[in-house]
Amino acid sequence: MGTEPLEVVKVREKFGAALKEVVYFRGEETLVLEPSGIRPICAFLKSDPEMSFNLLLDIAGIHFLEREYSYEVIYHLLSLARKRRLRLRVRLGEEGEIDSVVPVWRTADWHEREAFDLVGIRFKGHPDLRRILMPEDFVGHPLRKDFPLEQ
Amino acid sequence: MSHPEEKIAPDPVTGETVTINMGPSHPSTHGVLRLVVELDGEVVRKVVPHVGYLHRGMEKIAESMTYHQFIPYTDRLDYLAPLSNNVAFVLAVEKLIGLEVPPRCRAIRVICCEIARISAHLLWLGTGALDLGAATVFFHTFRERETLYNLIEMITGTRLTTSYPRVGGLARDLPDGLIPQLAEFIKTFPQKVDEYETLLTRNRIWLKRTQNIGKISAADAVDFGLTGPNLRACGVEYDVRKAFPYSGYEQYDFEIPLGGVGDAYDRYLVRIEEMRQSVRILRQAVASLPAGPVNADDPKVVLPPKKKVVTSMEELIHQFIIVTEGFPAPTGEVYHAVEAPKGELGFYVKSEGSKSPYRLKIRSPSFVSLQAVPLMAEGGMVSDLIAVVASLDPVMGEVDR
Repeated sequence: MGTEPLEVVKVREKFGAALKEVVYFRGEETLVLEPSGIRPICAFLKSDPEMSFNLLLDIAGIHFLEREYSYEVIYHLLSLARKRRLRLRVRLGEEGEIDSVVPVWRTADWHEREAFDLVGIRFKGHPDLRRILMPEDFVGHPLRKDFPLEQ
Repeated sequence: MSHPEEKIAPDPVTGETVTINMGPSHPSTHGVLRLVVELDGEVVRKVVPHVGYLHRGMEKIAESMTYHQFIPYTDRLDYLAPLSNNVAFVLAVEKLIGLEVPPRCRAIRVICCEIARISAHLLWLGTGALDLGAATVFFHTFRERETLYNLIEMITGTRLTTSYPRVGGLARDLPDGLIPQLAEFIKTFPQKVDEYETLLTRNRIWLKRTQNIGKISAADAVDFGLTGPNLRACGVEYDVRKAFPYSGYEQYDFEIPLGGVGDAYDRYLVRIEEMRQSVRILRQAVASLPAGPVNADDPKVVLPPKKKVVTSMEELIHQFIIVTEGFPAPTGEVYHAVEAPKGELGFYVKSEGSKSPYRLKIRSPSFVSLQAVPLMAEGGMVSDLIAVVASLDPVMGEVDR
């Protein structure tokens, strides 16, 4: 990569240490962020006219075993005006808790419910955090790596 | 006709509302969608969608499968356009492993995607009209869908569970005799679309049932993450084929139909026009179909030709290894999306260097669309709730995964 993309420069300028790392792979860029910065950074990426990542495509939760972090939350953003995609990655410890981004994009509601339901990540400030795909009385979170497959 | 902002007086008889359950097994919920509806007479006060009745745990299954083995599962996402899902998945895996496919393969994949789009839109139009009481349209659209299914059967050997694309290419080349049949379809289909329009576009009942129903502003549509025809009906110009071209879409000349006010009627008009544009793309793809191989030259990923497997020991071993062990993908993560009939269908694949994805996340457009149902339907009539759900064109296989 030659010059850094604009979003990297601006996020680093405004949030400094909250941007831990930038990963480039197959022409895609991923910003690795501190969990505490997720909501302000998302709000900035959405509202700043030079960024305008106004559409949240997806939120994916990932579970890990025996690592220094237990969860990753992956956000896929799209700027309709700039025709650019951006991925945000946040790593969480065993507590598995992060601020909800529903106040930034309403579409995050069901995506966060799904990450809670299947992976067990809790989103602080979510208006209605309950299971979405599994039955309400289901025990456990099926996409965790320690979920027993043979019952 | 009512509007969401209209204030509703309490029921004059009892002053109470009634909560009813619509679905999960209901003909007009297009599968197994359950809507819990709070009614004040015939007015919808509140609607809560419940999904998950078709959840098969596909993302979990993917974590213990090779990349090739997961292709048949993608048929069962949007089961009205399986070819589109197949292409989306193999493109994501090809991006992850950094594999280029030959030009002929790219063109055939475009043909597959556009056939899938027309077929999905025909089903939507037929069943959507049937939901609102227009039975004739259903018979007409299913007649053309049958022609398309015959073509799909010629190409893939099956009508529904296609599993035709492969990582690095296709299962086989197009069969002899397909192109003339496809050309015949391309020639006759536009008149059929005109016929559907004759039945509906200026039909007084259809206008009453769809205009100003399920209206959503462009800002709300973006906020709710709508994509595809549902977003374009609000006048937002976003089509993955134009914004992030894949499989050679940049070579084709086509337009993106846009709506104006984002109601059910606009969503209908956008899809009707999309079918015409798909025919346009098909016409160009057939006219400029390149010759050459359909599979990439990468023996570690692509299965050897069947003829060689039965005559050569090396090829047999090759086939055995790819089928039983798969191929390892490099460590990394990619997201690749296509413009599926319902909107942006994306696959996020995270690999840790093994033969299976560490995590596969499917970004399905229908899952996102359903979130907007309460916004669109609350304050309207219960019969319009049917029109709202139908106009969003959700398919539960993709919602629940």
